[in-house]
Amino acid sequence: MKAYLAYLSKRLVQFAVVVFVGINITYLVTHMTPINPVEQSISAATTYGATSPEAIEMMRQSLRQLYGLEGTPWEQYVSFWKRVLVGDFGPSLSAFPTPVSQLILRALPWTVGLLLVSTLLTWVLGNLLGGLAGYYRNSRVLKAFGVLSMGIHPIPYYVVAFVLLIIFGFLWPILPISGGATMASDRSNTFAFALDVVVHSILPVLSLMAVGIGGWFMGMRALVSNIVTEDYVVYAELAGVKRGKILRSYVMRNALGPQVTGLALQLGAIFNGAIITEQVFGYPGVGSLLISAVHAGDYSLVLGITTVSIVAVSATVLLIDLLYPLIDPRVEAR
Amino acid sequence: MNTFRIFRDLFRYNGEFAIGLMLVLIVLAVAACSFFSPYPPMDVYVVPPDVPPSWEYPLGTTSRGQDVFWQLTVAIRNTLLFGIVVAALSRVISLLVGLISGYKGGWVDRVLMSINDTFVVVPLFPILVLFYFIMRDQMTWAMLAVITALLGWAYDARLIRSIAMSLRTREFTRQAVFSGMSTGKIVLQEHLPFVLPIVFSTTMNNINWSIGIEVTLSVLGFTDINTPTIGGMIYWANQHTALVSGIWWWITFPVLLVIMLFIGLFLLAISMNEYIDPRSRLSRLGGQA
Repeated sequence: MKAYLAYLSKRLVQFAVVVFVGINITYLVTHMTPINPVEQSISAATTYGATSPEAIEMMRQSLRQLYGLEGTPWEQYVSFWKRVLVGDFGPSLSAFPTPVSQLILRALPWTVGLLLVSTLLTWVLGNLLGGLAGYYRNSRVLKAFGVLSMGIHPIPYYVVAFVLLIIFGFLWPILPISGGATMASDRSNTFAFALDVVVHSILPVLSLMAVGIGGWFMGMRALVSNIVTEDYVVYAELAGVKRGKILRSYVMRNALGPQVTGLALQLGAIFNGAIITEQVFGYPGVGSLLISAVHAGDYSLVLGITTVSIVAVSATVLLIDLLYPLIDPRVEAR
Repeated sequence: MNTFRIFRDLFRYNGEFAIGLMLVLIVLAVAACSFFSPYPPMDVYVVPPDVPPSWEYPLGTTSRGQDVFWQLTVAIRNTLLFGIVVAALSRVISLLVGLISGYKGGWVDRVLMSINDTFVVVPLFPILVLFYFIMRDQMTWAMLAVITALLGWAYDARLIRSIAMSLRTREFTRQAVFSGMSTGKIVLQEHLPFVLPIVFSTTMNNINWSIGIEVTLSVLGFTDINTPTIGGMIYWANQHTALVSGIWWWITFPVLLVIMLFIGLFLLAISMNEYIDPRSRLSRLGGQA
């Protein structure tokens, strides 16, 4: 128990560091760039037609408040943190006066659902197949799968999603290529609505899986093919333990630890992939919201989404880390 | 001469290396063609628009009146250059952090690795988007390269650190310390050469990663869209709804070429890794590891 507490406190400190550094990066990006966002917005707004100097001055005032440029640098920094900690990013500019937090909360379930389903499927399937491929080295099917998943793995999420969009949108249109559910669908029939959501999520999930699965597959295959040469595996084989049991309880179980850690490390990158995949398929999650906020020039929404993503991703990583001792009890013993 | 022999053997006995090298060479050849382009890359309406692939225009022309082939040569050159610049810059950071952290250990290691893990965990894409949001039209190609490099060093720093940690306990390090070598000298002269092979293979992956970032950002229009890049080409094709109007060659060829580059670099990286790790080399020869 004591070891677990030590492990726990270490992870919590790391979580705090991630959030602290992450938020500081966003602060630096927004405040230390040579560009003055206020003047830029004003010049963009006053390009067309003349505006009275008083109106410009008022606009400058309100924009300075919005961007948090009032007061000394230290006051700006403190007020930035206050807004982050309370989770108050003010009203959205493009959907005035809806608060930013409300917009994000509305989009968040879509992203979380998409990420949860695709990440779990990818991780479980990739590890399972990779483990089998490492153990049964001569299987042709698994070898072919390895080549295929390895070929797709290095391609970025955007390109894979885009290619799937072309295939299923233009060449062979059998799946919905846009949105999270059919517009104006009848939501009273829960089952039909759920089915509609699932059908709409097939392509985004598929493209996230296509990119992600190769990494887990290759990692697990390498781990397993190293473990099978260990003495205890050879001994179990000689002692006549069934191969399925060896693979499940002796080989895969030991290889799982690094793969769980890998999942925690990959989560940020997977999140990046989800953002861009949502954009390609017009999925109504945080990613689409972020891109449309940029196009609408909605500063508070962009800042809000960036901050929430940093906190949410690092919290999930913390969660994975805390569950890790369940898979590898050696952490507690250490 | 020795390096040449290594490459020849890799090419002969390692299928992944051979395929990867060929893919990368094809892409490099296309990029090299850009120096012979008959049209200035930024100009539009230099050829009749929307011509499908033909003898005169092998990959067709765009709706903006550009020859897809020549546009592609310049685009892939810029995209490649972006990847190489980012990889080179981030290599410097990851080498510094990894070597110092691994060699020093103690609290230096703990602080550096805390920061390192932050960069691994934090979702970088929203930060890059935020950066574009602030910079807007002032966003240049070079600036994006620098900021991408500043965000993209962490994975490899951890890898380098783990090697440096094992080097620290080796005899020659102790001898160097006792003979009064400074930390900087030990790290740079004694440890760096051991780390370089692994750096070489991670560089390929880092180039892939940064090109992925560049393509993604420019497809969304979040970069300097006037510099021709692969992402920029797809961006303009999407702006002109090329797929809906059937100008498929405008999209297909850039996507295919960049996929070739991704797979090629990735295969080079994993075959290099195998070469560095002697255990997998043994199993390739049929021996037991």
